[in-house]
Amino acid sequence: MLSLWLNVLASGVLIGLVYGLVALGLTIIFGVMRVVNFAHGEMVVFGVYIGYWTVRIWDIPIIAAAAIAAVIMFLFGYLLEALVVKRFVNRPHHYQFIVFIGLSLLFSGVLLVSFGPDPRPTASQLSFQTVAVGPLTLDWARIQAALTAGVLIAALSAYLKYSAFGRSLRAAADNRLGGLVVGLNIPRVYAVTFGIGSACAGVAGALISPLFDAQPYLAVDFTLLAFVTVIVGGLGSFGGALLGGLTIGVAEAVAALMFTPSMKTALPYALLIIILILRPRGFFGAKEV
Amino acid sequence: MTALLEVKNLTKSFQGLVAVNDVSFALAPGRITALIGPNGAGKTTCFNLVAGALSPTRGQVLFEGRSIERTPPETVCRMGIARTFQIVRPMKDMSVLENAMVGAFSWTTSVKEARAKAYESLESVGLAGKANARTDQLTLPDRKMLEMAKALSTRPRLLLLDEVMAGLRPTEAAGVVGVLQKLAESGLTILLVEHVMRIVMEVASTVVVLHHGAKIAEGKPSDVVADPRVLESYLGAGFHA
Amino acid sequence: MQKKFDQTSDPKRWGAGVLVFAILAMVGSISNAYIISLLTVVLLFTFMGQSWNLMLGIGGQLSIGHALFVGIGAYSVAILNIKYGITPWIGLILGAAIAGLIGAVLAWLSFRFEVRGIYFALLTIAAAEFARIMFGGWDYVGGMQGLFFQAPTGSMDIAMLRGDTRFYYFVALTLAAIGVAGTEMISRSYLGYVWRAMRDDDDAARALGVQTFRHKILVISISAAMAAIGGGVLGLVQGAIFPDSIMGMSISVDVLIGPVVGGLGTAFGPLVGSMAAIPLHHAMGALGDSFGIPGLNSIAYGAVLILVVWFLPDGIWPAVVRLYGAIQLPARVRISKLREVENDRAA
Repeated sequence: MLSLWLNVLASGVLIGLVYGLVALGLTIIFGVMRVVNFAHGEMVVFGVYIGYWTVRIWDIPIIAAAAIAAVIMFLFGYLLEALVVKRFVNRPHHYQFIVFIGLSLLFSGVLLVSFGPDPRPTASQLSFQTVAVGPLTLDWARIQAALTAGVLIAALSAYLKYSAFGRSLRAAADNRLGGLVVGLNIPRVYAVTFGIGSACAGVAGALISPLFDAQPYLAVDFTLLAFVTVIVGGLGSFGGALLGGLTIGVAEAVAALMFTPSMKTALPYALLIIILILRPRGFFGAKEV
Repeated sequence: MTALLEVKNLTKSFQGLVAVNDVSFALAPGRITALIGPNGAGKTTCFNLVAGALSPTRGQVLFEGRSIERTPPETVCRMGIARTFQIVRPMKDMSVLENAMVGAFSWTTSVKEARAKAYESLESVGLAGKANARTDQLTLPDRKMLEMAKALSTRPRLLLLDEVMAGLRPTEAAGVVGVLQKLAESGLTILLVEHVMRIVMEVASTVVVLHHGAKIAEGKPSDVVADPRVLESYLGAGFHA
Repeated sequence: MQKKFDQTSDPKRWGAGVLVFAILAMVGSISNAYIISLLTVVLLFTFMGQSWNLMLGIGGQLSIGHALFVGIGAYSVAILNIKYGITPWIGLILGAAIAGLIGAVLAWLSFRFEVRGIYFALLTIAAAEFARIMFGGWDYVGGMQGLFFQAPTGSMDIAMLRGDTRFYYFVALTLAAIGVAGTEMISRSYLGYVWRAMRDDDDAARALGVQTFRHKILVISISAAMAAIGGGVLGLVQGAIFPDSIMGMSISVDVLIGPVVGGLGTAFGPLVGSMAAIPLHHAMGALGDSFGIPGLNSIAYGAVLILVVWFLPDGIWPAVVRLYGAIQLPARVRISKLREVENDRAA
């Protein structure tokens, strides 16, 4: 019984790290641009498909697939910002919501047209390998995904903290006007930010491609999950994204053990409502929205 | 004569920084009192404490004998204290008249009554002719007047004015002075926060001087100007010596 | 900016409203059942869009989860009617009351620590999703299989709110008219002034004695109750309700698409916007079906949404009003207006 619980907790923590990476992408974009990317789930699903195809065609390790996803999704996000999102950054939230809902419909339509509605079972051999660590038996795929996500979160945080560009990015997040005054190239900062945010989602998608069947309809679930994660953690906070991801991952895993499947999907929302009652700005909420 | 507003030992600190330090004063009804001091003296903090926008760390604010220092701004307003903002804040999608009507809804739900009161307020500040203009068509002095009209529509017994004359040219400021004098004659009590001393001398019957958050002088304008500590605070130590 | 400064005078506006609804009533006599039922849905979304418009356009509070309230209304009507044979009238009232209460609780939760803006919006969508999943797993209300109303007998029964397609068209038309007139009346009452003040500047409104906390809860509560009534009728019209269709995110999108596309904060915006957006949504669906390519419809609809927000930033209705104003104004007035603009630029 104890080992069952430990296993559940461990797998929750592992997937939670990946959720954390997804949420980090959303939170970076929000923190810098004050834009909520309602098409974030589609970005994750793009990553899942990239993982699926690259592994299937070239039979490369999942880490390599994740790297490819990172490059593709960074460019995708960069261009999307420079061509479309840019025009709506200073518009009210409800306009942005419609634009992003439009983008999300567009993307999921493209996925449907390209790959059809049927789920594509994973191509990776990785899905079946397990590792035993003491009383724990863990999927190798999960461990790889979690480790990669964890390393990326740490690396990205360090980059944002110590690099010159990271500092200017955080300066822009703290004070848009101030950033403008000290001569930041705001359009470029925004495009890069959106690129990084999309890359986070894409990498997370590629990493979980051995665990989830690739399917266009997954997108909405990922978008909502990312929202819940960032609200739980506090919108705009990097540490909060990680903590939120872990909380949701563990909560989901525990709920899967204790409740019916529908309750499992409802639990993150219930958690969200409870957290909003107790800590309305999340664990590490930003001050002004 | 009992005071309409009494401030007792008011202290406010922000994370250890004392912005207002043990300030006490009282406002006599029907008079104009001015709160002056150099930049960073704590005038605006003091003002916001009275208006209910901030809560003091220590001390009391009594309005007609009732303590209001923990009362939210909307309740303070409904009790009879109206304020203006230093940076004018017109509701941009509403006309001048509509802006002035909002305040009236603190005591009536009738649109007709509110409209009548709003006209009256606009008239008393000389803006009635521009009632149907958009707020972004107003000049800065007119916007300052609109702030006052909005506040007057709440039917206040005490009017708090935050630097109404800042940024105005002397002739424009003279217009404001005229309006204030008329309002005081009609029995309204006014507390004025002002940086420019010269204007204050013309209208205020009492002046309270703040420096580094503390009260350093209080009295008639002519007495206060002669006070060496006041000169020192404005002009720096050693200037008058 | 132009939206609060009506180019048309009061009686003219009411006259135009009466005219529009008279035309819509005449449209109800045409026989094409498909068009009638499509227009019925359009009018219901006009009404629900009006509720959303009241909340954001006048009250300044953004909801992207109105499906929650729509669903509560639909389920209240359906549960009482299908399980206990109780008239939908009771269901509509009960649904409105429950939705109003839930809206008030959500608002209270969010605003008590002055958490506002996008946080509140995300809370609404999370609450809607939570409710959708819960209803999907709740056997008593049919779970994912949903609830089915008895097939209508065709004879009109106002007491039980049953009738043919045309009957529902007129029910929806009545609701839409009440929605337009009601929003207009509220925005001209003291609530309209106070809410707009609160929308433009919360702190300034409070300084003028507006109890903004209370008013935010009130506007959200009224909006939620209205949406629930629309949802109750929508369920009846559709004949069956499922959590995914009546509480899904696409309902939230369809509710707000009308006012945003049509013109935020205007009385006619939601009508114009729903007229444009809902049939488009259906047409795109039909288009995708006819090509046999799933996904084509969502590509087209998505692209149109982006283009509309891109090129008609204020929505369709204000653009129409501007055009009408430009035609209406006699040349002299127009020149003096131009001069004003130039003076503004020079200044």
